[in-house]
Amino acid sequence: MAAASFTAAKFLAPVAARSGGDRAPPLPAIGAASARPRRGAQQTRLRTALAVSSDVLAGNKAAQAAAGEPVVTREEALEVYEDMVLGRVFEDMCAQMYYRGKMFGFVHLYNGQEAVSTGFIKLLNQADCVVSTYRDHVHALSKGVPARSVMAELFGKATGCCRGQGGSMHMFSAPHNLLGGFAFIGEGIPVATGAAFAAKYRHEVLKQSSPDGLDVTLAFFGDGTCNNGQFFECLNMAQLWKLPIVFVVENNLWAIGMSHLRATSDPEIYKKGPAFGMPGVHVDGMDVLKVREVAKEAIQRARRGEGPTLVECETYRFRGHSLADPDELRKPDEKSHYAARDPITALKKYIIEYNLATESELKSIEKKIDDIVEEAVEFADASPHPPRSQLLENVFADPKGFGIGPDGKYRCEDPKFTQGTAQV
Amino acid sequence: MLGVARRRLGSGTVLGQLMQTLRPAAAPRTYSAAAKEITVREALNSALDEEMSADPSVFLMGEEVGEYQGAYKISKGLLDKYGPDRVLDTPITEAGFTGIGVGAAYHGLRPIVEFMTFNFSMQAIDHIINSAAKSNYMSAGQISVPIVFRGPNGAAAGVGAQHSQCYAAWYAHVPGLKVLTPYSAEDARGLLKAAIRDPDPVVFLENELLYGESFPVSAEALDSSFCLPIGKAKIERQGKDVTITAFSKMVGYALQAADILAKEGISAEVINLRSIRPLDRAAINASVRKTNRLVTVEEGFPQHGVGAEICMAVVEDSFEYLDAPVERIAGADVPMPYAANLERMAVPQVEDIVRAAKRACYRAVPMAATA
Repeated sequence: MAAASFTAAKFLAPVAARSGGDRAPPLPAIGAASARPRRGAQQTRLRTALAVSSDVLAGNKAAQAAAGEPVVTREEALEVYEDMVLGRVFEDMCAQMYYRGKMFGFVHLYNGQEAVSTGFIKLLNQADCVVSTYRDHVHALSKGVPARSVMAELFGKATGCCRGQGGSMHMFSAPHNLLGGFAFIGEGIPVATGAAFAAKYRHEVLKQSSPDGLDVTLAFFGDGTCNNGQFFECLNMAQLWKLPIVFVVENNLWAIGMSHLRATSDPEIYKKGPAFGMPGVHVDGMDVLKVREVAKEAIQRARRGEGPTLVECETYRFRGHSLADPDELRKPDEKSHYAARDPITALKKYIIEYNLATESELKSIEKKIDDIVEEAVEFADASPHPPRSQLLENVFADPKGFGIGPDGKYRCEDPKFTQGTAQV
Repeated sequence: MLGVARRRLGSGTVLGQLMQTLRPAAAPRTYSAAAKEITVREALNSALDEEMSADPSVFLMGEEVGEYQGAYKISKGLLDKYGPDRVLDTPITEAGFTGIGVGAAYHGLRPIVEFMTFNFSMQAIDHIINSAAKSNYMSAGQISVPIVFRGPNGAAAGVGAQHSQCYAAWYAHVPGLKVLTPYSAEDARGLLKAAIRDPDPVVFLENELLYGESFPVSAEALDSSFCLPIGKAKIERQGKDVTITAFSKMVGYALQAADILAKEGISAEVINLRSIRPLDRAAINASVRKTNRLVTVEEGFPQHGVGAEICMAVVEDSFEYLDAPVERIAGADVPMPYAANLERMAVPQVEDIVRAAKRACYRAVPMAATA
């Protein structure tokens, strides 16, 4: 059963420690996602930073796949394909716009990691929350924020999802329950844990239940963040209070120019989950279907109130850390290895192989996405810059926080206040 | 009677403000009749109790707030009354649990995060400033953060350098935060209730040494709908020769100094700031325009402190009214020493305030002699 597979994951001993007569039981059927092949080569694999995809689809699913049946329906496959293509085309357009000067500041692109965003977020409801890092454009798109709103936000226009006040690193959307967009690594993890806490509180204290179960929160963050204190504090508290959260590590092996192996004493991040009493799962983050399987179980666990899961997705970013990063430290053979495992190409191949759709249908999806992204750029270009009065708006939800002016009245009540004065 | 007039006129109008400043000119603390006395601790406890019972989305989290009844017993009895779902004992993880509070506030709850002292808030300051204060702005009004960060601030007695810093100036620097500093029991009740009801992040700086002090409170203040407006200072004592501004514990010292000065013929007006951000510049300037002299008193380090901001506020608005340079009394510019006599020298005392007020009035004693 689904629960049992994660329980098995809890007792998985580290690969290095495992030898002939140890007590770890043989890994059971479905979703034994932490089933790392027990090969001696495993050890050397970590050292050379090349990854071999781990076999997640053990048991029934593997048998299903072997029997020639796809693990997704046609609708699901096309939805997933469209979402990944949207992420890719959008990010490529961002790069173009940046080099043309339409976008500025810090821009961090998600190329290559689409399987993680799509695999997880497409399983969520509207009431579920997503908290991300500065690499958040594609999380916003997957959660349903329209491409034109995101593009306008990146251009700093008043029609952006945050009216141009947040920018690339701070995507917020209350209607889509996208709670940011944080520049500090690790900052989103406690915020996500708090949103999960709020979901549980609403269910248990305020007695506002939903028939599906608890609203789930997903926290996305990188390998570098897994060395930060806040990460461990939240693993502890999420498990302690059994919060409905999934901690999704997008391990792309690099934190700007710092290799994960140079920064971390034990680079296998999924093992840090069991240390706190929650399941730790490792999955091939370049394969959207594998990610989706793991995500399904982790999200169901959270919804049922069984608590958090730590999922490590091994993935890769095809571009540099940001558009300002010359990306000189990563070796070309590592890049080409992962480029060969492009999640979009892999899914396309899968769809064609299992006859879920024809080439021309996929091409028409790609054309549709191209049109959407181009329209988003036109919309953003045509949108106005924020008016001057916007500078002083929204500092406080209650603008009396600006205090009382020299005339004895609250400053915000002066109709000229937002025209902008030096004295605020 | 004055209370009724004040309420009817509200505080928005000039006349309303004038009514607010009228007090019977007698002893420093006069409230309406039937004054009952409660400690600041009881005031805070009752405010928390009432707000938690009025709104089920309010909850309290912090170290030792539950079973230990609060490190300083502020949350006494709340665990028994509201249960462990609403009064959470957290592990020692300021960054983590403050962030969790902020996340819960993003998503519709109203947390009160208690720091055992505000010195520990430095471990969580990223969340207070970057995820709480700035979020309403960054999200263009979509995500408001109705959270209260509260705890003791400033020096206690003999607790050493790492437990004695005053953070009023640090937090008041940041746009998006409101910073409140209650003095009396009435302040504590009214400002905490206002802070909990406020839709923005509020930093509520209490003072450990004030927790046990009793103050008379009016029946109005004990009512469960009592709330003080954020951003308004209170004239604790009327005067005409020199204005003394203070907040938190220093208000008590300033009042004592005013008594001493009165005996020497100097009538001091004492302003209890109550709100550091937003600062009640209007009240301060109105007072200085009346007295023409200003002494600012604070417990924290002098450089870039609250007094410096008040001085500038007065220079910007009422420069021509000043008859003497603004005097600034602050803590010594050193980390807090441990030895009792050194600690006494590092924190402003009543004599320092008296001396500064005299300097502002007569410039009788040269500055160098008091350095």
